[in-house]
Amino acid sequence: MILDGKCPTGPIQQSWDKHCFDLKLVNPANKRKYNVIVVGTGLAGGAAAASLGELGYNVQAFCYQDSPRRAHSIAAQGGINAAKAYPNDGDSIYRLFYDTIKGGDFRAREADVWRLAQVSNNIIDQCVAQGVPFARDYAGYLDNRSFGGAQVSRTFYARGQTGQQLLLGAYSALSRQIKAGTVTMYNRREMLDLVVVDGVAKGITVRNLVTGEIESYAADAVCLATGGYVNVFYLSTNAMGCSVTANWKAAKKGAFFANPCYTQIHPTCIPQAGDYQSKLTLMSESLRNDGRCWAPKKKEDLGKHPNEIPEEDRDYYLERKYPSFGNLAPRDIASRAAKEQCDDGRGVGPGGRGVYLDFSTAIKRVGADTIKERYGNLFEMYEKITAEDGYKRPMRIYPAPHYAMGGLWVDYNLQSNIPGLFVLGEANFSVHGANRLGASALMQGLADGYFVIPYTIGGYLVGVKPSGTSTEHAEFKKSVEDVNAEQNKLLSINGKKTVSEFMRELGGLMWENCGMARSKESLETNLKKIPALREEFWQNVKVTGTGAEFNQQLENAGRTADFLEFGELLCRDALHREESCGGHFRVEHQYDDGEAKRNDADFCYVGAWEFKGNDKEPELHKEPLKFENVHLAVRSYK
Amino acid sequence: MSAHQDHNTMTINLVVWRQKNANDPGKFENYTVNGITEHHSFLEMLDVLNEDLIKAGKDPVAFDHDCREGICGMCSQVVNGMPHGGQERTTVCQLHMRTFHDGDTIYIEPWRAKAFPIVKDLAVDREALDKIIQAGGYTSCHTGGVADGNAILIAKPIADEAMDAAECIGCGACVAGCPNSAAMLFTGAKVSQLALLPQGKLEAKQRVKNMVNTMKECGFGNCTNHYECQVACPKGINVKFIARMNREYLKAQF
Repeated sequence: MILDGKCPTGPIQQSWDKHCFDLKLVNPANKRKYNVIVVGTGLAGGAAAASLGELGYNVQAFCYQDSPRRAHSIAAQGGINAAKAYPNDGDSIYRLFYDTIKGGDFRAREADVWRLAQVSNNIIDQCVAQGVPFARDYAGYLDNRSFGGAQVSRTFYARGQTGQQLLLGAYSALSRQIKAGTVTMYNRREMLDLVVVDGVAKGITVRNLVTGEIESYAADAVCLATGGYVNVFYLSTNAMGCSVTANWKAAKKGAFFANPCYTQIHPTCIPQAGDYQSKLTLMSESLRNDGRCWAPKKKEDLGKHPNEIPEEDRDYYLERKYPSFGNLAPRDIASRAAKEQCDDGRGVGPGGRGVYLDFSTAIKRVGADTIKERYGNLFEMYEKITAEDGYKRPMRIYPAPHYAMGGLWVDYNLQSNIPGLFVLGEANFSVHGANRLGASALMQGLADGYFVIPYTIGGYLVGVKPSGTSTEHAEFKKSVEDVNAEQNKLLSINGKKTVSEFMRELGGLMWENCGMARSKESLETNLKKIPALREEFWQNVKVTGTGAEFNQQLENAGRTADFLEFGELLCRDALHREESCGGHFRVEHQYDDGEAKRNDADFCYVGAWEFKGNDKEPELHKEPLKFENVHLAVRSYK
Repeated sequence: MSAHQDHNTMTINLVVWRQKNANDPGKFENYTVNGITEHHSFLEMLDVLNEDLIKAGKDPVAFDHDCREGICGMCSQVVNGMPHGGQERTTVCQLHMRTFHDGDTIYIEPWRAKAFPIVKDLAVDREALDKIIQAGGYTSCHTGGVADGNAILIAKPIADEAMDAAECIGCGACVAGCPNSAAMLFTGAKVSQLALLPQGKLEAKQRVKNMVNTMKECGFGNCTNHYECQVACPKGINVKFIARMNREYLKAQF
């Protein structure tokens, strides 16, 4: 099937405004008759639930944490982009649009990216009005810094906790609506199924994580804002509870999964210290404003204290390879460059898996106090984890899985191929192409939640009879039965291996064979090993306790079961995409200098997969990508 | 990812609070974990314990955690009598085993406060903190239709002080550390953030009244100047924000 993103036609500068005007409206008095479910309360979900509640819709919001304020958006550190052009440095909506298309290696839809750039400025205004304490200069104006893939300073920030402050802004707006009664909040609920009635999304089935009860909720539309899936690598910068479960359950009900192989490996994370490790910690990209990446030129220097290695024996590899962007090269490029240094046997620290991020030049230039003011909490965090002082010796960093550009396929209205199912934020595939630029995830989450879904959902609901389906419908009953059956099965296996052991094994396979470099051979290995591991899981996993209680092992078992299915799809997508682009690097497709080699003739499309059953191959549907405003070109940051 | 382990390992004795649910009386249980290195985080040490328990067919210890990088505010354990373990500006997920020694005995308990009923073992219900925010922890602006971000000038020291208050992660350690189970540091931080900023001034009076009243209704105690909250706070929120809230509350009466 050829998919249609239903993008507006005509000049791109007017496309969103024209589309908003063309969308039919729901009369204010009728809005309260409609029920909308929002799953996830991060930037996208929190902003959507609050904004839809303000408009007068009846919203039911769900999160797996004990409070909506804890969604993993909170961990974003460095900042949020907007095309305000406050620094007078040549920025514009067009430039943010252009940088995002190019940063994504020409694998995103132009119209969606334009809209994102256009509403970026509204986001900053909205957050300021909420009382988000963005950094200010001494005149009282908003301050900016730079992020990767851009030559302008367009990133707004609140110390190293921008995600936290933006999320608390959305959470405060959500709290206001909860108090007003337009939003009903359900904490500690995990979505375990999408309920589809006659081909239309009509509700969800969730597990109450405290009592274990399986509950049904019906609505006129369902919005998934359930985040990304890079915990499929086991070790990632995501929170422990982040999973593909909600998205995967929707995919099994017919929603297409787009570009799962586009995963972002973030270049600056704290290297792994041991086999017991449960997660990896990110060091914000903003550090590359002042930190310089290097590795020793000579292998014999590896054992030395970094400060004793003379300047001429250091390879500042990003500055050398990409002089015009230097240390602020985009993430995919910076990650591969770090891997190259380590693969060459010049990596530092345990296992040779690390490079230095050095602040000594910046400290000499602006002083340690200024560096502390800019990044103090990041240096503190680094020291807590490594017991090393980043002011006195360079930090050690290594790439780690961080973000999913792929996600459920959506059209321009953020609606999936299942009518009534909308997908927001990291959970959809729409704007980052094959590589996301730094400080753009926060922008997308809030754009989708505050400024896109409140418009587009009305265009759908106006054609739907309000409150048309109740949880008494047979599809809801069947869904509860199916969920109960899966839970009971997990509890009854009583095998010998723990859930974590399976998840580590899957993560190891994904990282080794489908991580920063992928080959036909490595991917085919995974396509054999993952189904075998999945089979073993269903024979030999051990989950203690019962379903009728707070049971974190059971929660993890369900998430792992879904990753064991989804991981295979990710590898299949990576195998089919015979090109290198953005975060997807196939060793067979590279230029002589090791740069990614895209194949626009054959792969300039979105690959959206339809689930056909676990033992059957999924079917690939394509949405061709057209570039009418940005010229398709080889991406260069040299 | 290649890993590397050439550290000396530790054996740790644990005394852990176990409680099936809010109605169960609960009790301490003793455990021993082996093979812990200085690089294990505190929660990774508990992961090791739980893997041992599962393999032995026993119920693992339930504890809340999510981001494991000190920002989501989900982790909540009293370690040796101190919320989050008592290390300055550190959540329990960021506490590392290098601060302990081979053979140490560590006591682990949940947050204990009337307003935080136990869910299971070390996990508690902190919905009361959400209720306080719902009572007024916001500016009543709608999505859209707001002024340009630079139309509101905010002096840098004011923006910085608001940010100091806004750093609260809502973990509830201040409540757990307070002999009165007061949530005044939590509430004071939000009241102060919004009272300091021009955007929040308009509603300051009603906000502080509503939030303080809700705090009382939820069963939190009052401040009697022990300052234990500031010591327990993993983000170093200063007690001066309690003083500011008291001033705001007093001002709101007139």
